[in-house]
Amino acid sequence: MEFNLLRRKVNNYVILSLTFIAAAITVLPLLFIFYYTISKGITYLSLDFFINMPKPVGEVGGGMANAIVGTLILIGIGSAIGLPVGIMTGIYLADFGRNKLGKVVGFLTDVLSGIPSIVVGVVAYTLVVIPMRHFSAFAGGIALAILMIPTITRTTEEMIKLVPDSFREAGLALGIPKWKTSVNIVLRSAWKGIATGILLGLARVAGETAPLLFTALGNRFWSTKIFQPIASLTVYIYDYAKSPFSEWNQQAWTASLVLIILISLISLLFKFLTRSKYKSR
Amino acid sequence: MFYKSQLKYKSKTKKKNYFNRLVEAGNWGDLIFERLTQFFALLVFLLVILIGYEMYSGSRLSIQKFGWQFLVTSTWDPVKEIFGALPAIYGTLVSSFLALMISLPLGLGVAIFLSELSPGWLEKPLSFLTELLAGIPSVVYGLWGIFVLVPWLRISVEPFLNKHFGYLPFFRGAPYGFGMLAAALILAIMILPIISSISRDILRSVPDSQREAAFALGATRWEVIKIVLADSRSGILGATMLALGRAIGETMAVTMVIGNRALISPSLFDPGYTMASIIANEFTEASSDLYLSALIELALVLFVITIIINMAARLMVWRMDRKWETVK
Amino acid sequence: MHNTINTINTINTIQPELTSKVIKEKVKKNIVVDVKNLAAYFGKTKVLKEINLPVPRNKILAIIGPSGCGKSTFLRCINRMHEVVGGTMTGEILFDGKHIMKYDPVQLRRKIGMVFQKPNPFPTMSIFNNVVAGLRLNGVRNKKKLSVIVEQSLKQVALWDEVKDSLQDSGINISGGQQQRLCIARAIAVQPEVILMDEPASALDPISTAKIEELLYELKKNYTIVIVTHNMQQAARVSDLTAFLYMGELIEFDKTSKIFTNPALKQTEDYISGRFG
Repeated sequence: MEFNLLRRKVNNYVILSLTFIAAAITVLPLLFIFYYTISKGITYLSLDFFINMPKPVGEVGGGMANAIVGTLILIGIGSAIGLPVGIMTGIYLADFGRNKLGKVVGFLTDVLSGIPSIVVGVVAYTLVVIPMRHFSAFAGGIALAILMIPTITRTTEEMIKLVPDSFREAGLALGIPKWKTSVNIVLRSAWKGIATGILLGLARVAGETAPLLFTALGNRFWSTKIFQPIASLTVYIYDYAKSPFSEWNQQAWTASLVLIILISLISLLFKFLTRSKYKSR
Repeated sequence: MFYKSQLKYKSKTKKKNYFNRLVEAGNWGDLIFERLTQFFALLVFLLVILIGYEMYSGSRLSIQKFGWQFLVTSTWDPVKEIFGALPAIYGTLVSSFLALMISLPLGLGVAIFLSELSPGWLEKPLSFLTELLAGIPSVVYGLWGIFVLVPWLRISVEPFLNKHFGYLPFFRGAPYGFGMLAAALILAIMILPIISSISRDILRSVPDSQREAAFALGATRWEVIKIVLADSRSGILGATMLALGRAIGETMAVTMVIGNRALISPSLFDPGYTMASIIANEFTEASSDLYLSALIELALVLFVITIIINMAARLMVWRMDRKWETVK
Repeated sequence: MHNTINTINTINTIQPELTSKVIKEKVKKNIVVDVKNLAAYFGKTKVLKEINLPVPRNKILAIIGPSGCGKSTFLRCINRMHEVVGGTMTGEILFDGKHIMKYDPVQLRRKIGMVFQKPNPFPTMSIFNNVVAGLRLNGVRNKKKLSVIVEQSLKQVALWDEVKDSLQDSGINISGGQQQRLCIARAIAVQPEVILMDEPASALDPISTAKIEELLYELKKNYTIVIVTHNMQQAARVSDLTAFLYMGELIEFDKTSKIFTNPALKQTEDYISGRFG
């Protein structure tokens, strides 16, 4: 018995320390990636990077003003299409979704969230680029919209379902029509949760590259036209990372740093919103 | 919730009357509101149908030309217009499974540490860090892969493996750095947060009464955890499959480090290709209709595989959620 | 013997008027668990205040009191489950004359079994494996020996006839009452000296409750049982001794018959007659 107990205890401590080591190993690559992105990216991080255009090969300096604006435009187009669809579908699933259509749409939302982003890019290509005969910011925006819809639909649905039924009953008892109750009372009390869902969706698509490769394509020049190819930070990082010019490699790191800062700002906002939500309760 | 059931009841018995009454009462608003949200829900429905249809119609040319041969032949020659996807399917599966083999034990370890062991002050920052890992864009992983991971593999890891384990076919050949090993490692890092965060949630969903039962029988902490793990195995399997689905569809980071050659080789040092990375690399270069069609068919295959895996995964996680209702 | 007298002296100093009769009853019995000046905390909150309570062998001790009075915490101090949930304790609990803190918690819990409020069989294990879970942990591998113990334990809890044909089925496909008896079988399979029961029948229907109570009477022959209950009829029916806890303090401790017919303190009488709590 005594020996058995000893063996069990040794086993216990060995395996428990292994889990601790696993946790340490997991954190390690993260620290590495942050270390390299920050230390290498900071070299070119200056105001110039934000306000200048990319310089041709061989010239030092230059920035990615067009790509930063391009990324924002792409996210803007994506949100303009994806947000209404996602939010309204979420409302439908939460309020009227207990029928066949609701179940099917709920299932398809899950299907949609599992589709690889490159496949969404292919679809946006066949849907938009082929009929229009050229690459465009619009096609890229469509791809991003498709990618953000499932996240936004699901969070909207869940947040609305979290609103207690008593809220609705209170509204209805006052003689307010159902739709006004939904909009004024239910949505208003769920909006913080929905906003976090939106931010989560935005953070997800802000870092997407694959669906933009053959939709928005990329652009070395300044362009804000929706039906023209447009530059984006992620595609720039991809192109510059593959390039043989060390100058461009350097700029890829800086672009990564800018992108991570952008995404972190979005998720910080997300953390802030979720936190204040719990405080108020 | 309660007016939904009311609506359902009414619409079952006297559907027309219900709407008539709404209209008579001047309650156009409710009707429009429901129809409006329903319209968008239908839109999502149509979107998924459209995605499937577009990919099918886009790949029809290739399906007609190659049939099932597309999936089992290994020549990928754009010049002669012969397309066999086997190297890409092989590369996708091998890199994903290798990644899973690396990150499953690590991810489970993290999940166990976070849910069962870690002191409160450490748990929050650690969870936050693993979630940050999930927030880094794929292309940044790829950049890091090219300039940090690949040189490290080329200079130290691969020569070391070759020297000491070179008798195994997996560790033969010239150490390029770029290749299957690099792809598997970077995928492993990328799917770690998925496995660890979902498994953590699943371990937490096991009621404490289970842990107490084990403790009260005189179990050590690890023995308690073993019982908790047994309770959550279907959920953890689901998490693993979700991660597998993500790995299979992952594009940028893999494309940047795998070496991009349609090659089936047992050596992990050799370059390879995945379905996603072929599409990413060659789509804009596709010069002929058949070439484009073959690439779209690859996307279709990828689509079908990931859907099957994701559905199975969700089913398992969902079953896990239901499970405790019977015990509680 | 010496130990027993010690305990009684302790009680004497706290509640001098009660112990004269207790002494007569208990003097020849030995004490399995002896609680001295026990205080338990969650963080800085004191949930148990200086409890002194001897638990004699082969008796059933019922602990009654309103919700939140510290009954469960008291129970969990005895097998050191209190520290698993992050609580701390001061004072002494002697188990077989040795301070429980000097035991290895794993070994202590093998000797002091526990049954919980809600039945908690392991859902991934069969009925058979549920019963022998504790033995397996202790390294018993012999299949034949295990089978014998499974049969014994299940017979002891009067579950054998109901499940003998489905021993390989999952432990959660049986009724709640059967699940709870399975949990008791699991606890006694490791042959503990003491069984702690935390409201074992509160989640069960009246028929299952009656079965569990019957079972307690049988188990008394081999084990010492400490049972927490908020059901006073149950305490009166099954126990030999009763302790009344209120707000973390031990108000009264005596033979059950005495507590329920002629309690020494007004507070106890009020609680038993349902005037508060």
